[in-house]
Order: sequence, then structure tokens, then C-alpha cells
Amino acid sequence: MTTKSLVAGRALPLATVLLFVGVLWYLGAIFLNAPRVREQLDRGPQAWTTADLIAGTWSMERPVLPTPDQVLAEFWKTTAGTKIASKRNLLYHAWITASATGLGFILGGLLGIGLAVGIVHVRTLDRSLMPWIIASQTIPILAIGPMIIIVLGNIGVTGVIPKAIISGYLSFFPVTIGMVKGLRSPDPLQLDLMRTYNASASQVFRKLRWPSSMPFLFASLKVSVAISLIGAIVGELPSGATAGLGARLLSGSYYGQTIQIWSALLMAALLGMAMVYGVGGIERIALRRMGTRP
Amino acid sequence: MTWSWLAVVPITLAPLAAINLLSRREPAGRLVALAIPILFGLWLLWIWEVVVVGFDVPRILLPAPSQIGHQLVAQAGMLWADFQQTFLKSVLAGFAMGCGLGFLVALLTDRVAFLQRGLLPLGNMAGAVPVVGIAPIMVMWFGFGWESKAAVIVVMTFFPMLINTIAGLAAADRMQRDLMYSYGAGYWQTFFKLRLPAALTFVFNALKINSTLALIGAIVAEMFGSPISGMGFRISTEVYKMNVDIVWATIAVAAVAGSMFYGLLALLERALTFWHPSYRAEARNR
Repeated sequence: MTTKSLVAGRALPLATVLLFVGVLWYLGAIFLNAPRVREQLDRGPQAWTTADLIAGTWSMERPVLPTPDQVLAEFWKTTAGTKIASKRNLLYHAWITASATGLGFILGGLLGIGLAVGIVHVRTLDRSLMPWIIASQTIPILAIGPMIIIVLGNIGVTGVIPKAIISGYLSFFPVTIGMVKGLRSPDPLQLDLMRTYNASASQVFRKLRWPSSMPFLFASLKVSVAISLIGAIVGELPSGATAGLGARLLSGSYYGQTIQIWSALLMAALLGMAMVYGVGGIERIALRRMGTRP
Repeated sequence: MTWSWLAVVPITLAPLAAINLLSRREPAGRLVALAIPILFGLWLLWIWEVVVVGFDVPRILLPAPSQIGHQLVAQAGMLWADFQQTFLKSVLAGFAMGCGLGFLVALLTDRVAFLQRGLLPLGNMAGAVPVVGIAPIMVMWFGFGWESKAAVIVVMTFFPMLINTIAGLAAADRMQRDLMYSYGAGYWQTFFKLRLPAALTFVFNALKINSTLALIGAIVAEMFGSPISGMGFRISTEVYKMNVDIVWATIAVAAVAGSMFYGLLALLERALTFWHPSYRAEARNR
């Protein structure tokens, strides 16, 4: 590869930005952790140098800002270093959150598709329900999350279901909006052609509307899987939830375990990206099966 | 006693019939288009009330709309204080800073292409990451006050604004730019007269997305620690005290605040991008 193509590509700029962020991070760690480390060193018997101070800020047990290598070390220790079924394993918590996310995502996706089909076919629903669905996008629905958890917990429903309900509730909006657009995307010429074939409504749906809505469906599924994850994490915040990434965040913030918070955040980020890429993978397979070329 | 219940049936069915009739009207005027969803909303509230009262649903599970309305009036002072703390302080400050920063960085990347190629993949990735999770860290850094909530909102709203503005600045097409070039327009002239107006629809798209994100960020961040007011604080404490009707009243306030915020942005968008095809088509159909 020549120098020119390196500069024009994405790899080098991305690496530069990441390097910059990394340097900024280490400097920030020195700056933010220094006051407490200085206090500690002053209490010690020997005189200390700036090098001692910097080394101290990069290896605190409960730093204000942990360094990337501390986070990675903790991440490695709690994923590969402990037994997979143990409560100390981050993968176990990720699995708890991922299962709620997945269940909620499937529920929300099905509900979203169902509503969209109704809205496209039943005029009354289009006129009465659609404005409310759009308006509900502007409402911070996440606020209801903790209440659902506690209220359902009161009547004895606990575990994965309440979290999945929140995830599903959050994730069906993008799917409905996207699918309404998608199911209406065939142009009038194509719909007229179906009419000249004397196709019934269900045939038009199966052979024209559904296939042509696929790009819209997957675009909104990618958005909604990311929202599902947020829903599941927020669903783990209230009450004595002991497992899941949200619970890790909360217990980390109670006990000042910043490294634990950051590694849970890293896990959440990786999980989110994996899920979006997963949906992207399914999209590629589905589109190839349907005969579209990328 | 049981027979008097039957009176509910016609009151329930009548609005449905009206909605159905109105929906069939062709062409639907503006008034009708507005009346249908309002009627439907009122009907939903009515059904909610009937179900809760009729089946004696426990208040903790789901309070009736009338109870929520009662709390809205009775606790107006407290709800107003929460609104001030969450919306007027955290949300507005964080929203302005996050969107402003995203916009400025997008302008910067427009001049420095290298930076743009480095930041765009990061921005796209940020869409998949549950950014709300930084709330505990920000509360630790900036304390329980509104500053920590604003910080969460800044991080949440930065990337949507960045990505949309970059996309918007690329929206003016080749022909239009060539025309500006043939006029001998410089970078800034082209920017202010062509590219910025063309980018406005994208910028407003980001502003609208961010208005919802900002409110969510503030409410979730308040659950990690806040002074004794704020919507997130209210929701998380009242739910433990089993005052579910106050929680619902707070949610109603949040819903109205969120919709008004969104609505104001939409009005502003209409005023600034009146030339856009989507509004022109609407005017033609009317």
C-alpha cells in the first residue's frame, strides 16, 4: 500500500484519533488522580519524585479515572480469569443482560411489525394510531422502566420478563415507523401491476410489500437492538438486582469501584456492537436468499 | 347494580364508531386529521379508567387517569420544582453544549478531511453503545447537582449531532456547488449561502433525536444520585414508597415536556427550512 492510499483510507485516520484519545486519557488520569496520590505520598516517610506521582496515578486501586490498561486488565481478569458460571465473571452478567435484550428485541420486533401491518392495511388505525406512535417517540419512555420492574416485582414477576418488557416496549417504535415506511415503499406502478394480476391483499403483501420492506426492516432493527440493550441495562438499575451489566454499574457506583464500572461499560459497548453486527449479518443472509445483490 | 354497567358499553363504542366514520372521510381536512387522534387518545384514557375502576385493579399496579390527574393538581408545586431541576437546568444546558460541540467539531472536520475519516467510524460505533452507562462516572466526577446530568447529556448528544451535520454538509449536490464555483464564491460564501442551508434539515433531525435523548439522559443520571428534586429522583423514590400515582404524574409531566420540546424544534425547523421539498409537497396537497 502506498502512503497516499493509507492517508486516503480509514485505518490511519482512525488510528490517529484513537491514539490521541489514548494519550489524552493517560494525561487525564494523571490530572484527575494526582490530588489523592499526592496526599498519600506526603504521608509516606520518603521524599517523592514526579515519576513516583505519575506511577501512582496510573496504578491506584480506586482511581477517579482508571487508565485503559487497568480497565483492560480488569476486563481480562473478570472474563478469562474466573469461572464462567461464577458471579464474578463479567461474561455471566453480560449473558443475563443479553438474554433480556434478546427476548425484548424479539417481542418488540414482532409487535412493531404487527402494528405496521395493521396501520398499512386498516385506514382507521392509520389515522388514529399513527399520530400517537409518532408523538410517543418524543416521550422519555425509559422513565417508566424502573416502575415496571418494581410493580411487576410486587406481583411476583421477576427475572428476565420485566426487563424484556421494557426492552420490547422501547424497541417496537423504530420498527413500526420503519416498517410503515417500508410497506408503503412499492411504487404505484408496481401496485397497479399487482392489481391487473387480480392479486388479493394478502398476495400483494406477501409478494410485493413484504419483500420491498426488507431494507427498511433491517435498518430499524439495528436501531432498535441498540435501544433494547439500553432498556435492559436501565431495567437492572432499580431494586436489588444482583446480576447483569446494569447491576454491575450500580454496585460499582455504590462502592466507588471505578475500574469495575469502566469494565462493565466496555462490556456493554462490545455487546451493543456485537448485536448490531449480528443483525447486519442476518440482513446480509436474508437479502442474499431473496436474490438481491449488495 | 350489575345492569347499570351496561351503560358503559355505548359510551365506549360510540367514539370508536365516530373515529371509524371520520377516517373514511375523503379528502380529510386538517381539522378532521387532528380530531381523529385526539378522539382516539381520549377514548384510550376512557378505556383505561373503565378497566381500572371496573376490574378493581390495585392502585399500585396501575392507577386510574383520574387519580393521576388528581396528583398532577395536588402536587403541582413539587412537580414544578422537579421540572425546573431536570429540564430547565440539566437538559437545556447539556443539550445546548452537546449539540453545539457536535456542530462545531463537524465544521472542523469539514476543513480537515483526515479528522473526519477518523471520527466518522467512531461516531457510527457510538450509535450501538449504551452511552447512558457513563452516568455513574459523571455523577462521581461532577457531583449530585445538575452539572453531572448535563455532562451525561453532552456525551449522549455529541455523536448524533456530529454524524448528521457531516452528512448534511455533504448534502448540497455537485451541480449546485459548481454553480457557486462559477460565481467565484469562496469557501465561506459557499458555506453560508449553499451548504449550511442545505445541511439544516439534517441538523434539525439531530436536534429532534437529541431532544429525546437529553431527557432520557437526565432522568437516568438522576437515578444514580441527585439533590432532593428532579424527575428521575422523584420516579425512583416514589416508586419505593408505592406512590405509583405520583410516578405516573411525573411521567405525564416528562411526556408533555418532551413533546413540547420536540414540537418547538419542529416549528423552528418549519420556519427555517420552509423551502424544503417535504414542506412544499404538503402545501401543494392542502
